[in-house]
Amino acid sequence: MLHTVNKSPFERNSLESCLRFASPNDAVLLYEDGIYAALKGTKFETTMTNALQQFKIYVLAADLEARGLKTDRIIAGIQPTDYGGFVDLVVEYSPVQAWL
Amino acid sequence: MSEGVTKKFMYLNRKAPYGTIYALESLEVVLIGAAFEQEVNLVFIDDGVYQLKKNQNTGVNSGIGVKDFSKTYRALEDYDINNLYVDQESMNARGLTEEDFIVPVQVLAAAQLRELMQQQDVILSF
Repeated sequence: MLHTVNKSPFERNSLESCLRFASPNDAVLLYEDGIYAALKGTKFETTMTNALQQFKIYVLAADLEARGLKTDRIIAGIQPTDYGGFVDLVVEYSPVQAWL
Repeated sequence: MSEGVTKKFMYLNRKAPYGTIYALESLEVVLIGAAFEQEVNLVFIDDGVYQLKKNQNTGVNSGIGVKDFSKTYRALEDYDINNLYVDQESMNARGLTEEDFIVPVQVLAAAQLRELMQQQDVILSF
């Protein structure tokens, strides 16, 4: 299953719920305001580092760029991807659960 | 969808009613989807558990003046939709118990819901 998170973890509990219900071998894609969870130095860094032990985590690079951020700011192990990669993830991990 | 193929559909509800349109829209889609005779599972997580709170009063005289759609949950069994699941942690965190709900539900732990999610063909998120 592919889980998508598009809300900032500082504003909503979408990420928290996603990680609570995701199963091993699932993938998580962070996009739109969800990308803030991918950054180093936030209070969610430990959460994400632990999550990386269980799930593959991806971040949509265009949404980082749009917000003045580059891939050098993301936590090691989180993989940047583009729109084509987004589609590939949907195909590979279908069905999709969107944590709105 | 070709005839005779049954898929498992999960409707995953995470928003409180009335503050946004999500809860009502989910219910509309559930009712439309019921016509296709698929396996349907309704799951209520996070603020979604508030959708099922009984005694909602939304009328013009004493409330906010919108339709109270919570009564529609009681009609779901007429559409053979009997699988309603509530996340225990979300329910407990909000000080609710099963007696607060307008319809009978199955309260499940996250691990059980996780397993249920893995069995679905389609998940619709609201």
